[in-house]
Amino acid sequence: MGYLLKTNWWKWLCMALLTYTIIGGLLLPVPKLPILNETIRVLHFHVPMWFGMILVFTGSVIYAIKYLKTNNSKFDIYSSQLANMGIAFGVLGIVTGMVWAKYTWGEPWSNDPKQNASAVSLLIYLAYFVLRNSIKDEEQRNRISGVYNIFAYFLMIPLLFILPRMADSLHPGNGGNPGFNAYDLDSNLRKVFYTAVLGWSLLGYWIASINIRLSLTHQKLENAS
Amino acid sequence: MNHITTLFFRLAFSLLIILTPIVSTAQVEMADNFRGEGKIYVVIAIILVILTGFFYLLFRLDRKTKRLEEEVSQNQK
Repeated sequence: MGYLLKTNWWKWLCMALLTYTIIGGLLLPVPKLPILNETIRVLHFHVPMWFGMILVFTGSVIYAIKYLKTNNSKFDIYSSQLANMGIAFGVLGIVTGMVWAKYTWGEPWSNDPKQNASAVSLLIYLAYFVLRNSIKDEEQRNRISGVYNIFAYFLMIPLLFILPRMADSLHPGNGGNPGFNAYDLDSNLRKVFYTAVLGWSLLGYWIASINIRLSLTHQKLENAS
Repeated sequence: MNHITTLFFRLAFSLLIILTPIVSTAQVEMADNFRGEGKIYVVIAIILVILTGFFYLLFRLDRKTKRLEEEVSQNQK
């Protein structure tokens, strides 16, 4: 994160990747599948939200551990702002998923195991901010929310990747299926999908980096006064 | 007579085999016409305009943050 805060080149990379995602994602040929039809293109926009969320939450939990090791409040700012961005990604992922489900599964919320589990893991992360904002003492707040962050991260993994796979789910990659197979990722989709994941994740890190810099400056001002 | 019916069935069967993939792909409705008419490029152009607009705002926010950081660090010296 320290490196990302100081450099700019990856912002231009993010811009190029997302421009390519829009053009390629809308124009390149896609497999012709019943029910899905053209909505298969949502793959380049809905799925990267979740990939981005997991990448951002991974950054968040790494800095939570670093904070607990060093007690440096800089790492707490990194951790909490990355978690903030992760929730934004998660909400966008759920909402885009609901729109997609409305036209392919029949209704926006069918209480599918994948939908329920992702909603629960988002609520667990929302509780992170409830917890954070309810503690006045700064050091105590940072420590407790750091520990809770680790708990939330390791709850999210079974909720998103293991439980939906043990139940019958409409979502691809679940109900006993392995993650990606030929059905949901052919070579034409791959050409855009990987750049889409990287592009959207970088956009998330970009927004988080601005929030982090503002929080660091705010902290500086508070320490000075 | 028997010879002709087998020939007919053979022909029909091979036609079925050839046509099945064509018919089954034709059944999946895609926006081929929309793409063919070229109007999809308008949609992409509009999305790209919005995307560049947001990137411009993000870069400007980046610059503003940097100016604020410099101002704060100068005031503290």
